[in-house]
Order: sequence, then C-alpha cells, then structure tokens
Amino acid sequence: MSDISLELQAQVTNAIKNNQPLTIKGGGSKSFMGRETDKSLQILDVSGHSGIVNYEPVELILTARAGTPLIEIENALAENNQMLAFEPPHFSNSATLGGTLACNQSGPGRPWYGSIRDHVLGIRLINGTGKHLRFGGQVMKNVAGYDVSRLQAGAMGTLGVITEVSLKILPKPKAQVTLTWELSAADALQKMNRLAGTSKPLTAACWVNGRLYVRLSGAQSAVDATATQWKGNELEQIGDFWMQLREHSLSYFDPSLPLWRFSINSAAKLNHIDDHSIIDWGGSQRWFSGHAEKKEMQQLAIKAGGQVSLFSGGDREDVMHEPQSALKALQKNIKKSFDPAGIFNPGRVYKWM
Amino acid sequence: MTNTAPLKDELSCLFREFIHSEYVIDDDETLKPYECDGLSMYTQLPMLVVLPETVEQVQKVLKICHEKQVPVVARGAGTGLAAGAMPHAEGVVLSLAKFNNILSIDPINRSARLQPGVRNLAISEAAKMYGLYYGPDPSSQIACTIGGNVAENSGGVHCLKYGLTVHNLLSVDLLTVEGERITIGSDGLDSCGMDLLALITGSEGLLGIVIEVQVKLLPIPETARVVMAGFGNVQQCGEAVSGIIAKGIIPGGLEMMDSYAISASEDYAKAGYPLDAAALLLCEVDGTKEEVQAHIEEVQGLFKSFGATSIRTSQSEEERALLWFGRKAAFPAVGRISPDYYCMDGTIPRSQLAYVLTEMQKMSERYDLKIANVFHAGDGNLHPLILFDANVPGEFEKAEAFGGEILELCVAVGGCITGEHGVGIEKIRQMIVQFSDEELAQFHAIKDAFDPQGTLNPGKGVPTLKRCQEYRVLQSAKERSLGSINESGAHNHV
Repeated sequence: MSDISLELQAQVTNAIKNNQPLTIKGGGSKSFMGRETDKSLQILDVSGHSGIVNYEPVELILTARAGTPLIEIENALAENNQMLAFEPPHFSNSATLGGTLACNQSGPGRPWYGSIRDHVLGIRLINGTGKHLRFGGQVMKNVAGYDVSRLQAGAMGTLGVITEVSLKILPKPKAQVTLTWELSAADALQKMNRLAGTSKPLTAACWVNGRLYVRLSGAQSAVDATATQWKGNELEQIGDFWMQLREHSLSYFDPSLPLWRFSINSAAKLNHIDDHSIIDWGGSQRWFSGHAEKKEMQQLAIKAGGQVSLFSGGDREDVMHEPQSALKALQKNIKKSFDPAGIFNPGRVYKWM
Repeated sequence: MTNTAPLKDELSCLFREFIHSEYVIDDDETLKPYECDGLSMYTQLPMLVVLPETVEQVQKVLKICHEKQVPVVARGAGTGLAAGAMPHAEGVVLSLAKFNNILSIDPINRSARLQPGVRNLAISEAAKMYGLYYGPDPSSQIACTIGGNVAENSGGVHCLKYGLTVHNLLSVDLLTVEGERITIGSDGLDSCGMDLLALITGSEGLLGIVIEVQVKLLPIPETARVVMAGFGNVQQCGEAVSGIIAKGIIPGGLEMMDSYAISASEDYAKAGYPLDAAALLLCEVDGTKEEVQAHIEEVQGLFKSFGATSIRTSQSEEERALLWFGRKAAFPAVGRISPDYYCMDGTIPRSQLAYVLTEMQKMSERYDLKIANVFHAGDGNLHPLILFDANVPGEFEKAEAFGGEILELCVAVGGCITGEHGVGIEKIRQMIVQFSDEELAQFHAIKDAFDPQGTLNPGKGVPTLKRCQEYRVLQSAKERSLGSINESGAHNHV
C-alpha cells in the first residue's frame, strides 16, 4: 500500500545508464504468457507499488497503482455494487491491475462489456528515458494527444513501466441468469450470432463440450422476460461456470497440452478445430488445446479473419501471430520511441522487439 | 514565405498524369471552399487540393509528396471543430470525398466495411434493414465521415453507454506516409501485441491516412424513452445526474442544458422545454421494453426526490424525437440569437460541474461575452458556446481567450482540454497546460516513428517543443496579469 514510484524510476534510470535490460514483474500471475525471456535479466518488481489512489463510485472512476491486486480492487468495488466490467481473469490471487492491462486480459463478457483497453481512461508510465509521464485522464472522455494509455494493452511492458491506471467502472447488474442448450458446435455458432443480433440483455455466450451457455444480465424484469422467451434450461450456480471459464479451470483446459487462442470473425468456422474447442465470446474467441504447428494455425486464423497465439504451454520461442512486414517495422519504431535503449522486457512479445 | 509557384505547377502536372484533371484543384477560386473546416475562424488557402478516386491514386499522391517533402492534410467532410483539417499553405489537401462507398455489411458478424468518406449516418441507415446501427452519433452525423470520426475519435450523445469511435472499431486500413497500405486490427476483437488501433484512433491525420474502416454494428434497441426534467438550480440538476449513476442505471444519453441554452432552443425548436428552469436534463433509457419501463419509473422517482420542478416522459417515438430535436438544435438555435458562436469541448469530473458553471459565469462577465451551456452530463463533457460578433474588431480574439481560459479551468479541476473534438490548431496552446514537455516529447517520438519528416498534417495536434517554450512564457505572463486583475477587482477589460 505505498508509492514506490521514485524507487522504480531510479532503478530504470540505473538500468539505462548500465545498459542493463529489465524484466518487469507484478504479481507474476501471467509469467506463462508471451515469450520466455532471458531468466538472468534483472527483475523490476512493481508489486510493491500498490494501493487504490482514488475511487469515486458516483463518478464511475477508479485509479489505482499498477501493483494493486485485482482482488483488492474488486472487493472495494463490490462494497458499492460495482464491478470491473471486463471481468479480468486472475490465474492467481497475486494478479495485479498493471499486468492485466499489459497483457490485455478480459473475461467472458468482453464482446458486450468491452475489454480492459475499452475501460482504461488514463495511465502513468515510466518510459525508457526514465521519465515518469501521465497520459489520458481521470475523466470519461479525453482525446488530447495520442492514446498512449490504450496502446499499452497487449504490449506486455515492452513500452515502459505502467505505474498507475485509471479505469471506468460499471454498476453490477441487478439480476443474472444462465441458459443452456445441448447443441453441436456448428449449431451453437449460428445460435450465438443470431442471439447477439437481438437487443436483449446478453452478456456472455460460450460453447463447450456439446453445450451452449448463454448469460443474461440486467434489470430483473428484462432478464426474466428474455429467459422465458428464449426457452433454455436455467443453470443453477451460474457464477461457477463463468468463473471457471474465465480462470481456465474447466476440465477442458489441460495444463499438459499447448493452449491456442484464436481471435477471429465470430461467425467463422474452424474446420477440424471447432468440435474440439471452446467457442467463447459469442464466437469471436476460440480456445484449442492440443499439439499443432503454429504456421498451420496461423493460416487457419487468417482464413477466419483474425489471429492466433499460443496462449500457454508448447514451444515458447514463437507465440504471437506474425504481423505483416510493414506493421513489424512500425512496431519496432514505436518501441524505439518509448524505449530507445531497449531495456524493457526485450523479446517478451516478439523475438525481434 | 517561400515561393511555391514552381512546385505547385510541377505537382499539378504530376498529379494530372493519374488523377482526372478536374480533381486536381489549383485555382484560388475553386480552392476557396477548402480553406477551413467546421471552425471557420481559422482559414488558410492550400497550395493544391486533390480528390483521388482509387486507393492506388492516393498511394501515388502520398509517395510523391513524401519524396518532395510536401505537407499532406487529409480531409473528409470538413466538419471538424478544431481546425484539424485546415490546409497548409505549402501543402496538398487530400480529400477523401470520393471514397463514399459502403463496401459490405455483414449482418451475422454485425460489422460493416466502409470507405473513409462514408457519412456517419449513412452507416446506420444502411444497417437498419438488418436491425442494426452504428453507435457513435456526433451532432454532425448527417455530414461527417467515418474517416474523420476515426481521426478525431468522435463521440456523441450516447458515449457513456456505447463508447466513442475507439470502442466501435474492428480494423482500420492505413496508408503510411510513404503510401504503403497496412491493416490494423481484424474481424476478431483483440490483436496480438501493442494496441495500434487505439493509437491510430484520434491521431488527427498525423500518423497516416485512413483508407478503409471496419466498424462494429449494434442491434437497434427494442425501445427508447426520454425523461425530461427541469430544475430550479444547477446544483440540484448535477446531484440528480449523480443520483442516477448511483442507482446503477447507465442511461443511453444524459444531457444537460443551462437556462440560456434552454430559451434559445425552445425559441427555435418549440419542443416544450420549461422556460422557468435554471437547468434541464434529458435522460434517455434504452433496451428491452421491460428494462426501459423499470428504469423510467426509477428515473422519474429520482428526479422528483432531487427537486425537479417539472418532469415529462416521452409517450411516443415522435415525442422522443421532438425532445431530442431541441437539444440537437441547440447550436443552430444559439446561432440565431448571436452573429457568431464559438463551441468549446472540455471535460471535467461531474462533481465539479456546479463550480465550473459558476466560474464560467464569472468569466463571461469579465470578458463581457454571453455563454450558453450544453453538456454531455453523463460523461462530463462540456460544450460551452461563447457568443460573439466577428464583425466587431477584437471580439473573436476575446472569445478565443475566454475559451482558452475555460479549457485551463477544466484541466485545473482534473479534466482535460478536449473530450471529442480533438486538438487541431485550436487547442494547441492548451496542450502545454495538460501535458509536460516530457510528455509532449513522447508524443513527438511517436510521431517520428510514423512520419519522421513530419509531412502529415504538420502544425496540428502536438505543439513543437520550441513553440511550447513560447507558450509557457506567454502563459506565465498571462497568469501574472490575471492575478493582478483579480487583486485590483477590475474585471471588465482583458
């Protein structure tokens, strides 16, 4: 619960001076993601930079230091019947806010509530010249200057040390119901896309193991009326399924196998994959557990209008979708603009950056 | 001033080799309509205007301009309010007006592929047959284009619930300064690595040229209703806004107007606004029939408990449209009672609303210029309209200074200088109030990563560090003089 930004800044300045790359670490809950980097690098531990700086329930805004555990934030919000609407996965109790933004982690409601980047309003960041900067703001709208705050989502700390994040907060829905149907993957895909095209309080849709799960959230009357109209089986213990999906604790997720994540067109078919996958985010995200060639997976993803990454396990040498060459050059230039000496998390996202 | 005539002739010839002769504009009379955008007080005749019709033509224009280091200013419908599309005297205006086709609508995946010159409203009109629409709805939506919306990260009255442009994009095809085409984003929701789509959105034409946009479409809500409430004072009105949020309701739209804006609008739109109210709220609730019914009752009860002097709820689509018409007509309505007006765009934490309105009233007296306020109350985005007469010498300068002071006040209470209009040239001086030199240096480094020669929309968005020094000197001089005015109590002349 303290502000150690000056110490962090001093460590960064030292690293620049000694040309000594750093591995940025918060709670360590997402160290399995991205590429494996040189274990001998010095660690910059942000977890001590913790605590909620400002929380105004009526403004729907919360600002916290990057090392603040997600649990602490979620508990504070729950006291006011509010939530992080992007439903971040934790993967461990130590998960922090900064790491969640850096890894762009959002849960089952993402297509309807938005992702963490959609809820970020502003950040503070120590860049690769050792300067502690502030971007965005603590207001709902801000279009002054380039959007450096949202740029961080998915950068995995390669552009600097996120020290503080301001977020948009939303009220918890008053009622929630989960409906289920026994369906094939192909039928479920069709149904998910059809339901998502109606103006109903849909907030999650996932197919796993022959069953489609659909979550409704909102005003009690709206949830009840839609549940009656859609005629699915109501699932008891609704919280558990979505939590297990979010945390990858459903039995589908086998830690001994490589796990692929597709981010694609919600209606696209992935032949030979769909039947053996989890179809989440109303079709926009597919999880596939199993051994495969990355090149082949990438071709499938491109055909389906999107991208693939090796989320966990397998060969951690090359895990992200390979961008087209002009985009690669651009990302290198942007990296350089933040981190000219290349000291932040080298090789964490791509080998070449 | 450099003599641009030889370069102008050379470029016209070059461009006419691959662009229809009529669409390369080089005579002053035809160039004239391009001299400004929606902020008509800032004008500059460009060297040339081109209106290419194919992507390849745009690429060639960019390539030539890049080689010759000629500034390029992209332009959509020219409705921007921050002079972001104001031409460069020695540059080319790249109009994307010919790119006005909707390339495809995917009703299953709920998305649309668009050329950059497609009008914002045209997207929703085309999607309507599938029961879908495009979320962001800036006031200029009849005319403004999606390319410009991406460049400015445009908002509208439904931002609190449905987000800004950045929240409603899937992918953008960008031409780099060299003319190379890159696709940022995909049909999927997330991409690997840093979020370039967010960086591009709102970059005001400084990083690349938007040549194709894929947007998300939303299902049209089953129903929507508006509750209008009048309040005896601004404080109560502000508390009512907080009250709604505290109840856990996120309205589709939540708009506030002050008494001067109410009377101007009512005069013009005859929507039945309460003329005795000091402040008015329009709260739109949308969703399923059941949800809207439940929330409407809660909102009405809440407004009563916060002391509303009048409450009216729309009973039909016509009535809902009429109540909104008054709000949407606020700008032209003010235009009727004043020869000119200047629209500002600051954001503030909602809790500061009453304080900021009181301070603006004091400024209004000090500058001797009237002010009308419309406000996206849900998300803290102020649009003060400063009334002035451009034919009175010095009055625009006075309005400009007044506006600048409002933006500085927004920053002082924890807000920012622009919520949805962008910086352009208009707010470039205020960038130093919101950002330190070190932060601005990071912006310049990003610009260099895309456009090292600085030929894309130069002079907009981010002030050069040299200019920053000058602005900061002026700023501190101004603060000193304001301080002395306040001390002496004189406040009629600035």
